[in-house]
Amino acid sequence: MPALKPGTRLRSAVCPTEVMIVAAPKSDMTVTCGGVAMAALDAAPATGGAPHPDHAAGTLLGKRYVNEAGDLELLCTKPGQGSLACDGKPLTVKGAKPLPSSD
Amino acid sequence: MNPLMLLEMAAAGFGERVAVQNGPDRLTYAELFAAAGEARRQIEASGAAHVGVLDVNSLAVPVGLFAAAWAGRPFVPLNYRLTADEVDALVARIAPAFLVAEPERVERLAAVAGTRAVARDRFLAALAGAGAAEPDWPADPDAVAVLLFTSGTTGAPKAAVLRNRHLVSYILGSVEFGAAGEDEAALVSVPPYHVAAMAAILSCVYSGRRIVQLASFAPESWVETARAERVTHAFVVPTMLGRIVDALEATGERLPCLRALSYGGGKMPLPVIERAMRLLPGVAFTNAYGLTETSSTISLLGPDDHRSAAESGDPAVRRRLASVGRALPGVEIEVRDEDGKAVARGAPGEIHVRGEQVSGEYQGRGTALGQGGWFPTRDGGFLDEEGYLFVTGRIDDVIVRGGENLSPGEIEDALHEHPGVADCAVVGVPDEQWGEAVAAVIVPREGRQPAPEELREWVRARLRSSRVPERIEFREALPYNETGKLLRRKVRAELAGAA
Repeated sequence: MPALKPGTRLRSAVCPTEVMIVAAPKSDMTVTCGGVAMAALDAAPATGGAPHPDHAAGTLLGKRYVNEAGDLELLCTKPGQGSLACDGKPLTVKGAKPLPSSD
Repeated sequence: MNPLMLLEMAAAGFGERVAVQNGPDRLTYAELFAAAGEARRQIEASGAAHVGVLDVNSLAVPVGLFAAAWAGRPFVPLNYRLTADEVDALVARIAPAFLVAEPERVERLAAVAGTRAVARDRFLAALAGAGAAEPDWPADPDAVAVLLFTSGTTGAPKAAVLRNRHLVSYILGSVEFGAAGEDEAALVSVPPYHVAAMAAILSCVYSGRRIVQLASFAPESWVETARAERVTHAFVVPTMLGRIVDALEATGERLPCLRALSYGGGKMPLPVIERAMRLLPGVAFTNAYGLTETSSTISLLGPDDHRSAAESGDPAVRRRLASVGRALPGVEIEVRDEDGKAVARGAPGEIHVRGEQVSGEYQGRGTALGQGGWFPTRDGGFLDEEGYLFVTGRIDDVIVRGGENLSPGEIEDALHEHPGVADCAVVGVPDEQWGEAVAAVIVPREGRQPAPEELREWVRARLRSSRVPERIEFREALPYNETGKLLRRKVRAELAGAA
């Protein structure tokens, strides 16, 4: 898996999910989708496999996903059937904090 | 990291919704995405290093912005109000360039070495019916997304550089994907070469809010378009709001669909916003403060702040209506003294800002960011106890009278409250005794020109005596540029000539 830094895009190995890293801690982490480590966006697309049944809740376009510590944030840029996790712990959808429109 | 990712998501999430409309012409998100992919081929074939648009607000602006991002070239919206010679000079700075322009401009632009110029309508017609292209744009976060020539109120225009990561960070930090309801529409009337116009395109695309373009601003057409298109949101500069309020009062129109009005790009006179709030009680007002170099908004005074300030009996809360609110999440604001040290709350100094969206870079001049990534804005101001930011004006406009630093904005605020003052500008003029003296140019309200001594008394009753204008002149209007910035340089030059 490529280094986690803001702007990096990852793709799922087992479903169409794609994410962009919005924030990431310095320490090494393994981000998975469908229970399988995600790959760089420009890596060869997944050819087979399916999300593990325990990691198959799906991803939603435009939602932000965070870990419990709140230091890892991913933006879902393409949805799929797998669900996201980091070091084995599921990521959760971050609540939107609406700002008034300014432009 | 590329702004095209935002459009790709919108096209995937709600591709059939209208993204942008201009009169009868419209593009859905899917069509805008496809048009950008097709226009990208023309840009690449031309061998251009930049993509310029010399046009009023038209569909060519969003198409050009995203096509340039797809081709990995900077997008340069040019000021269509400049003279032909001034435009030639800017075009020479971005050549070789692919330019989309109003038809009557094409011939002259094509004559500038290294340009390929296309009339807007021909450009758009050639894109109709394009199918979606493969998402093969460059992802470099450091690639330059937009170059904006500053308005040049002081000297030759500088080109502010906004990179992919600045614009994408701004949008991800301030907008939620698809958050707009299907009935929401934003009226965009600031010209394309203003940072607010670039920000509006990206914010609206990402939130799913339909853009309604007004070719160029006039108060009557703004009100008529807002009514006819059931506009729910809009951004205006302060001079626009004053003229819109006049038009609403004259016609009796109250724009029942309008929900949110944001304003920025210059100092809002308190009487104008108070009048607007009275006239449109159902509208949520937001004051947005930002600079070209910060990818638009860095602080906000939101609707709740407006209401609580207007209703409060506490002077400290009430005066926040004249503030620009608090920093956006992810943006830090600090006020510093001349030695670069942060000052205490309430003390005046220069506003510094830091955040992922802050560029602070000019082409050919490098970065203006200081240690730790802080950008000195050259705006003066102070923070109150709760972190509300007050902007007092450009540091270069400060009047130094007898060793005391006076802010023109503070004196203008006091004068604006006088019922006989429709508009005013305060500048420093050379003075043998004090170094600089305070001069005020007043635009009186029709039929109620106040006596100079009355105005001096008015200021003396509110501020310290050093701030009382020594010289007061009356004029029919003040010089503004087309995006509502007061041209103090012109005011000073005119006073020097008249002395």
